[in-house]
Amino acid sequence: MSKELIKYTLQIADNALVIGHRLSEWCGHGPVLEQDIAITNMALDHLGQARNLYQYAASLFNELAPDEQMQLFASTALQNKVAEGKPIDEDDLAYLRDSWDFYNTMLVEMPNNDWAYTIARSFIYDTYNHLFYTKLLSSADESLAAIAEKSLKEVDYHMRWSSEWVIRLGDGTEESTRRMQATINDLWAYSGELMIMNDTDKWALQHNIGTDLEQIRADWKLRTSAVLNEATLQIPADGWMHTGGKNGRHTEHLGYVLAELQFMQRAYPGMAW
Amino acid sequence: MTVHSFQEHFDEKMDKDQAIEAKDWMPDDYRKTLIRQIAQHAHSEIVGMLPEGNWITRAPNLRRKAILLAKVQDEAGHGLYLYSAAESLGISRDDMMEQLHSGKQKYSSIFNYPTISWADMGAVGWLVDGAAIMNQVPLCRTSYGPYARAMVRICKEESFHQRQGYEIMLTLANGTEMQKKMAQDSLNRWWWPSLMMFGPPDADSPHTEQSMRWRIKRFTNDELRQRFVDVTVEQARILGLTIPDKDLKWNEATGHYDFGTPDWNEFYNILKGNGPCNKERLDVRRKAWEEGQWVREAALAYSDKRRQRKEKKAA
Ligand SMILES: [Fe+2]
Ligand SMILES: [Fe+2]
Repeated sequence: MSKELIKYTLQIADNALVIGHRLSEWCGHGPVLEQDIAITNMALDHLGQARNLYQYAASLFNELAPDEQMQLFASTALQNKVAEGKPIDEDDLAYLRDSWDFYNTMLVEMPNNDWAYTIARSFIYDTYNHLFYTKLLSSADESLAAIAEKSLKEVDYHMRWSSEWVIRLGDGTEESTRRMQATINDLWAYSGELMIMNDTDKWALQHNIGTDLEQIRADWKLRTSAVLNEATLQIPADGWMHTGGKNGRHTEHLGYVLAELQFMQRAYPGMAW
Repeated sequence: MTVHSFQEHFDEKMDKDQAIEAKDWMPDDYRKTLIRQIAQHAHSEIVGMLPEGNWITRAPNLRRKAILLAKVQDEAGHGLYLYSAAESLGISRDDMMEQLHSGKQKYSSIFNYPTISWADMGAVGWLVDGAAIMNQVPLCRTSYGPYARAMVRICKEESFHQRQGYEIMLTLANGTEMQKKMAQDSLNRWWWPSLMMFGPPDADSPHTEQSMRWRIKRFTNDELRQRFVDVTVEQARILGLTIPDKDLKWNEATGHYDFGTPDWNEFYNILKGNGPCNKERLDVRRKAWEEGQWVREAALAYSDKRRQRKEKKAA
């Protein structure tokens, strides 16, 4: 049971870590100082959520029998820790897994490109995330429910912030409308994966730990449509949706995120910082 | 009141250590000097985000990453307070940005050095924020009220930064041989530039007398530099790191450390734009500003539209 729960927790945690990483890339480079501060704040929120979730996943991992631990991740560095009988922590999960053991959706690993792209990515994700965390409040898993409760205020703010920016850019100048529409169109094909149930989601739903993502999809559609309408933007048709990230098959981008994120732990393994 | 009595009123406030507020009359020189100093200070905060921002995505663990992100965000906040203080003197933020990008207004030269290892996040916090505190604490009582109040908030946060930086150094100093080496290498690179943060020697530093009277400056460059050395040498000792100065020696007679002379040639060269990162820092700032242009325009256009719609409704 714990193995599935670890994977489910990591799906949530990896989304938070990776989008937080992307948002943190803006720090010092924002279009205006106030927004530099706002986006860094959100990067910090996501990072904080990721840490809570990784700490929980690490504690679950440490309770597994060694042979189960060995099988869970392909990472040699993690397996070496298991072989030495050492417990793992939040940093081991973030810094020692390779991309095939990361379970985030591909949407969050998409690069920042420009402010419109960043806003569109956050808007699609934040709207989902708010609905998801709201459901997670009543999870049968008390730890996940507690993390959701702690995070919901932040997640609510994120959704309002990115929705407001979609409206501002969509209904701003000719240029901003054009840019915003183009990125919404581009990223739409990565929205579906958030709400497609993989085996882990199905397991979590069965055990009342997770939620029915198909139900979230309807609400997500309503909320995003309302915002896009107000933004005077076209709602893209639901065409082909990319999937894979939640099962460890990612875009080319994630490898570079991890190369940067994990550099210190890879170059100087096993040290305290 | 005549101009003469305005001046008398201003002088009286200076004599009595009272604050000048935005609406008060002030001599042109005073206004110009303050705009220059506060804008330069604000620019230093936001350019200063870059060398440390350089390590956010590569921080060695999640806790350090969160601390670093929060720190760089604080610097943005400092920039915001200071731009507001400067705006109260009648210059717009856009003007200041333009003058930063054209090179007309400066920022602290220390940020023209590169951060090339993780230990630099320790050394910068410990030494650069440390030196900034020495420079800035006296400004909490500077004569211009909005500036003084901004400095009170800023100094509180800077002392956090300094402690966090020192803690990074301490962890490295207590770590593996490689980590100690990394910390020492970083100290070697940041020591002299940090001493230069106090400005040229008093003998070569003009305007000091007037600045003292206006309480824009309360101690001389050399006094502050000495104070910094005295405090920091002790901290380095606790870390077990060596300060890269063969002339550093306790002087029983003065009760202070004697120390060597920074390479003022290097200092003036960087002022002229020849530091390792001068071009890059400004290019990055300009790029952020230029690429943000359409975003700022859109935000403005949208708020105009919204206001118009509201007015229409009301009418
Ligand atoms: Fe600062
Ligand atoms: Fe600072």
